[in-house]
Amino acid sequence: MGIIERISGPLVVANDMLGSNMYDVVKVGKQNLIGEIIQLRGERAVIQVYEDTTGMGPGEPVTSTGMPLSVELGPGILSNIYDGIQRPLEVLRSKSGAFIGKGLTAEAIDRKRKWKFFAEKGIKNGAHVRPGEIIGHVQETENIKHYIMIPSGIEGRISGLKDGTFTLDQAVAKVERNGKQIPITMVQKRSVRRGSPFRHKFRSSEPLVTGQRVLDAFFPVAKGGTAAVPGPFGSGKTVIQQQIAKYSDADIVIYVGCGERGNEMTDVLVEFPELVDPKTRRPLMERTVLIANTSNMPVAAREASIYTGITIAEYFRDMGYSVAIMADSTSRWAEAMREISARLEEMPGEEGYPAYLPKRLAEYYERSGKVESLNGRMGSITIIGAVSPAGGDLSEPVSQGTLRVVKTFWALDAALAGSRHFPSVNWLTSYSLYLDALKEWYVKSIGEEFVANRNEATKVLQREAELKDIVQLVGADALPDNEKLVLEVGRMLREDFLRQNAYDETDASTSLRKQDMMLRAILHFRKKAEEALSHQVATERILKMKAREQVARMKEVKEVEVERHEKKMLDEMDAEFLELRKEYQEAQE
Amino acid sequence: MKFEIEYSTIGSVAGPLVVVDKVKNAKYNEVVRIKLGNGETRLGQVLETSDKHAVVQVFGPTDGISVDKTTVSFLGETFEIGVSETMLGRIFDGQGRPRDGGAEVVPDKRMDINGSPINPASREKPSDFIETGISAIDGLDTLVRGQKLPLFSASGLPHNELTAQITRQANVKNSTEGFAIVFAGIGINYDDSAYFIDEFRKTGALKRTVAFINLADDPSIERILTPRIALTTAEYLAYEKGMHVLVILNDMTNYAEALRELASAREEVPGRRGYPGYMYTDLASLYERAGIVKGKKGSITQLDVVTMPSDDVTHPIPDLTGYITEGQIYLSRDLVNKGIYPPIQPIGSLSRLMNNGIGSGKTREDHSGVANQLYTFYSKSLDVKSLSAIVGAEALSDSDKLYLKFGEEFENRFLRQGFYERRSIEDTLNIGWELLSMMQEGELTRIKKDHVAKYYKRQGKEEGHGAKKAEEAPAHSGKEERKRSK
Repeated sequence: MGIIERISGPLVVANDMLGSNMYDVVKVGKQNLIGEIIQLRGERAVIQVYEDTTGMGPGEPVTSTGMPLSVELGPGILSNIYDGIQRPLEVLRSKSGAFIGKGLTAEAIDRKRKWKFFAEKGIKNGAHVRPGEIIGHVQETENIKHYIMIPSGIEGRISGLKDGTFTLDQAVAKVERNGKQIPITMVQKRSVRRGSPFRHKFRSSEPLVTGQRVLDAFFPVAKGGTAAVPGPFGSGKTVIQQQIAKYSDADIVIYVGCGERGNEMTDVLVEFPELVDPKTRRPLMERTVLIANTSNMPVAAREASIYTGITIAEYFRDMGYSVAIMADSTSRWAEAMREISARLEEMPGEEGYPAYLPKRLAEYYERSGKVESLNGRMGSITIIGAVSPAGGDLSEPVSQGTLRVVKTFWALDAALAGSRHFPSVNWLTSYSLYLDALKEWYVKSIGEEFVANRNEATKVLQREAELKDIVQLVGADALPDNEKLVLEVGRMLREDFLRQNAYDETDASTSLRKQDMMLRAILHFRKKAEEALSHQVATERILKMKAREQVARMKEVKEVEVERHEKKMLDEMDAEFLELRKEYQEAQE
Repeated sequence: MKFEIEYSTIGSVAGPLVVVDKVKNAKYNEVVRIKLGNGETRLGQVLETSDKHAVVQVFGPTDGISVDKTTVSFLGETFEIGVSETMLGRIFDGQGRPRDGGAEVVPDKRMDINGSPINPASREKPSDFIETGISAIDGLDTLVRGQKLPLFSASGLPHNELTAQITRQANVKNSTEGFAIVFAGIGINYDDSAYFIDEFRKTGALKRTVAFINLADDPSIERILTPRIALTTAEYLAYEKGMHVLVILNDMTNYAEALRELASAREEVPGRRGYPGYMYTDLASLYERAGIVKGKKGSITQLDVVTMPSDDVTHPIPDLTGYITEGQIYLSRDLVNKGIYPPIQPIGSLSRLMNNGIGSGKTREDHSGVANQLYTFYSKSLDVKSLSAIVGAEALSDSDKLYLKFGEEFENRFLRQGFYERRSIEDTLNIGWELLSMMQEGELTRIKKDHVAKYYKRQGKEEGHGAKKAEEAPAHSGKEERKRSK
């Protein structure tokens, strides 16, 4: 047991701490606040405290738990909302009311609830089991089978494995090791600061389909890949993250609200139980774990929240699920590191951030990936991190450290957000390095034409941007007709395809099939319009065609009507062009 | 009364900081009383404590504090303020002492001014539309109860007038409960302070207002306390007394500067532009105190004034504020120069909670579409305008000229309104439709078709005219085409 010597905000120095280890969790002061040792100097330990240290004084006791910061994993974890150190916020609420009290502890997962456990058929009692091996499962929600795995460090002959109804604390089997019987329960602990082991990592070849057109068609992220969403405030980082959390085709979603707004977490809490997963027809909340350490909650717990999230993600990955984790925002996480580093009086790196910031960022993103887990199942973790650069300037250390490691970059643009073009992903500066790896999947799933159309569309947009520079100088009238048409098609791509309304029921998410239809319609318009131009039809007339409104209203088409609508729209478009050409032919004759 | 030790062991005084040596048991964030040689007392707070010394920040000037004659006693409690309903109608200074010559408040309860973070699971989703009567806000960047929305202003812009107008007019639709107002003047000058007090008095709002005023020449360190005291009072009124409270923090820039002053006195490693690295967290601990809490009747809505140094939105103060608050309202110097009041620039302004508070049953079913469409057209009109500055108005196409006209009408009829003019949301949307009806019906692609059918005003004469023009076009353009091919 140690004695507090010095307190400065969330940082406490304690003496007489010999015998404790680096990164051990400790109980600090008379109020038993939770902290973690982050430095050892002789008998002194420097501790970051996950709660407000107000009212604490020198001379108060510190006790080590002898355990590193860990999360509890087991059935009942889904649909929960936790703070940065995995305390369930609903339980804290029942203990201390609307405001978070101090020194509260709570079991991360409900221990009273009974679960029906089904033993894995392939495992006979007496068999030799290894860490990570699946010994059974629990139907946690209607669609998620929660597999029970042998915790790390336990290996040996299994006995007593059978179906039954158990609470988390009851043993579902025993493993014999060196003559000792170790009970296996359905709950296990994993230390958060180090990634969980697996057999192999693979390059990913399948996209995380998000239902967001600009992402799926232009800048896809692979399942098991990484993406960064940097942007100034008001550019829609949170909305885009929430859209992905809602509509992506991941099996499990971990949403980490790291140092962000309280009301946004409320939004998620209110909406997710009501929203239905389009794939499984079940409430979205059933596949989601929320971690909310809002900006006004203790800063050290904010630092931990990211690790808590990724460790839970790894647990589900090991069961063979595709997991998507959103961190909003990694900049707040970095700031928490900076604040603690400054209190440690470490020599600052760039902009006051600690010199180890890039390493921490890289370590975090490297915990993504498509892997074969210890039990042979294939699972994946896709990491999507929001970055909030100061003043929107990407030259700052967090953005730069992130861009060096991630492979998809969704650049949110203040000017686009300013004109309410959402999602404000800039189509000229964003990139996805997965395009080649995913090409085969796209060709197989939607067809070659989609890939070709996508490439044509990016070319049009590129050309449009160049032309717009010229227009700024000489006016649009000075352009030749075919270039005016490029401007128009560019406008259609931007407004009628890329722009997507997150608050509209139909438009919030678009299937790949419908995306394919929308792109085809716009590019079909382009082809027909070029033909018309070559038959001397004036651009002014083309720009007044009814088909343009048709194209603009494609967003309103319900998914079930896509097939029928596509045919009708293209037929009408062709007819209108034909009409126009006839008119001109007659006028010329 | 607890036994208090008076320490006379001040080791150093620098700026607002006093280091007291040989202190054994000072608690972190504990309040201290500092007694000067002449008997005067001041309050302070422990910023850092160890078994050897305590670093104390003094709320007030440090002049007159000496190393030998001044004593310090540690009070064993955090900074608390006595709160009561009788505070309504009163004016206090930045530390919560009466400034209006009235008696001390008899407290109903004492509360820690630092508050505690609201459990995110206890928050209620804010969704009650607040009608401010100002079209630019109600129509385009709707405010809801429980939201925190800053006014991004700059020196010389009428943010005080706008704040006063919102305070006077704001009400929840179909609700008779008005707002109680907690006003925190942080480092504002006497003139501005008097303006607000006069306004509140004139409109009768004063009796439901609690004002805390820290003037520009009051100790800057006191500014750390003022917003916290104001928010604590607001929490008392909202969560204990069930009132809907509108908190005005004016001006947060002065607060942030006081924070920087303190950080530099502590010789901390500075972040951007000398502001401390933890400023985001610190500002969040104030802004995040807005909200609605499950099971409590009241609510706290925040309107924060931030004056952007040299109109620069990337300056750390507005930048960090924007990252925490739920949107922002920009005031524009250009609009002021055009003589438009309120000079709210819709481009860049945003209310993140708008979609919770609008639509059928709350405002009107077409609200979202109208807002998006107005916004798109106005944004386009500004593009055209900057284009016309280069190529000249003559070179613009007919449709561009129409956009230009739309932009002007929008500024003059939608944005512009009187200081005492209160427009209902229906009026605001109807003005919106009058403007939208200047444009071709087919252009209104951001509004649902049936809403267009219901609200679009077809001007019989102009419609016919437009259609005729379109018919003429092929022959006309055809000719042109031939000319060109020659």
